[in-house]
Amino acid sequence: MLNTLFNHTFFQEIGALARFTGRFFREVFRPRYEWEELFRQSFVIGYKSLTLVGLTAFIMGFVMTMQLRPNMVHYGVEKMIPAMVCISIIREIGPVITALIFAGKIGSSIGAELGSMRVTEQIDAMEVSGTNPFKYLVVTRVLAATFMLPVLVVIGDAISLYGSYLGVNIYEVLSFQLFMEQVMNSLSYADAVPAFIKTFFFGFAVGIVGCFKGYYSSKGTEGVGLSANSAVVMASVFIFILDLLAVQVAALIW
Amino acid sequence: MKNNEPVIVVEQLCKAFGENVVLDHFDLTLNRGENLVVLGKSGSGKSVLIKCIIGLMRPDSGRIEVLGQNVPELSYIELDQLRARVGFLFQSNALYDSMTVRENLEFPLRRHWLNVEQKDVDNLVLEVLESVGLEHTVDMMPAELSGGMRKRIALARTLILKPDIILYDEPTTGLDAITGMEIIELIKELQEKYQTSALVISHDMKLARYAAKRIAMLIDGKCYATGTYQELSTSKDPTIRAFFD
Repeated sequence: MLNTLFNHTFFQEIGALARFTGRFFREVFRPRYEWEELFRQSFVIGYKSLTLVGLTAFIMGFVMTMQLRPNMVHYGVEKMIPAMVCISIIREIGPVITALIFAGKIGSSIGAELGSMRVTEQIDAMEVSGTNPFKYLVVTRVLAATFMLPVLVVIGDAISLYGSYLGVNIYEVLSFQLFMEQVMNSLSYADAVPAFIKTFFFGFAVGIVGCFKGYYSSKGTEGVGLSANSAVVMASVFIFILDLLAVQVAALIW
Repeated sequence: MKNNEPVIVVEQLCKAFGENVVLDHFDLTLNRGENLVVLGKSGSGKSVLIKCIIGLMRPDSGRIEVLGQNVPELSYIELDQLRARVGFLFQSNALYDSMTVRENLEFPLRRHWLNVEQKDVDNLVLEVLESVGLEHTVDMMPAELSGGMRKRIALARTLILKPDIILYDEPTTGLDAITGMEIIELIKELQEKYQTSALVISHDMKLARYAAKRIAMLIDGKCYATGTYQELSTSKDPTIRAFFD
């Protein structure tokens, strides 16, 4: 079993990804800087994911409130619902679920886009046109993913809390001001800051894995499908591993 | 520069993928203003040769001199500068499918000519589109074009930087006989108009017959023979004859 899991190819892939990441850090600070493409990618990656992230975030906040309610009522602590939902969303569920949705949407689209560019020789064409394709395609997408995911998480958290507010108001009347007061009273910097910082790492993981899978795509159209699929799987696994590390680091610091 | 001056010199080029030796001490010279067709069977290493010449692949050994510079020894920046003088037409055309025809043509221009004005860019785009007879496609997407039109646009993109040399990778593959013949005519026309040197990789005998000033035959990784179409087609050597019969 272990032999199958940690076979030669697995280590080769991790090694290649490490080299790819190393190349990213070498290229990112070197001119020429592709600002125009970076802003275009930020728009594509950030703005165009907003609807999906917003919808899922709203449902998440709403459903969590509804699911919690029976047990909270049973113990007579239904007043704690806003605080409980808020801490769950801000600390864990918001960043992780948004990152997983982001991996599904953006990781697969980056993997498929770069993969099809690779198999149709568009990346080679870029290189012979005097463009560093790594800088133009990879660096811009990874940076856009790294900086757009935290923005999406913040927006998603806010929408989740609004969903929760509506969920609470199905059974009782609670003003938005009072709901937010309970939310803010329950939150501390130790909840919000580590959760916000880890989203940069999640975004980076989605971007770098999507680019890595697409950039080294092969085997024609079949390879493009494989790149998109494995980009999502690998990025999702990395998100959970990074989350595991983040919780340990946060526990040490705060 | 004078005619007959070599613009590409390949000496003792070797390239293998594991046990599979693709190029085995291959030699080739392309002179200024010449159309040279490298003929070879599918899988004989023609595309590997052309990719080594443009620096997309690194040879195992040998010398590749393009416009006086040894390609394997060039830095990334030097290679970029050289590539501005060498056009490359990909077998699959390699048009950027997320960009319009105009953006495809502007792309290399914007990378190499940093301070060029929009008016000059527009003029150049229209000029090269006129050269390939497709001015009306300027705002179309590559997916809206036919195979022959895509090939012409790809050719226009290689022409926009006014290269000294154009490398063609199987320019007629995948096209019907009539469109293939139109591309052959276009290659000859553009060579005369822009006075470029052309290295064409192909297995298409019609292309070799009508477009080549000289033919080099790539067989078993070596340059087996060179000569005009007339010389090679009358050869008694059975290996050469196999291409013409």
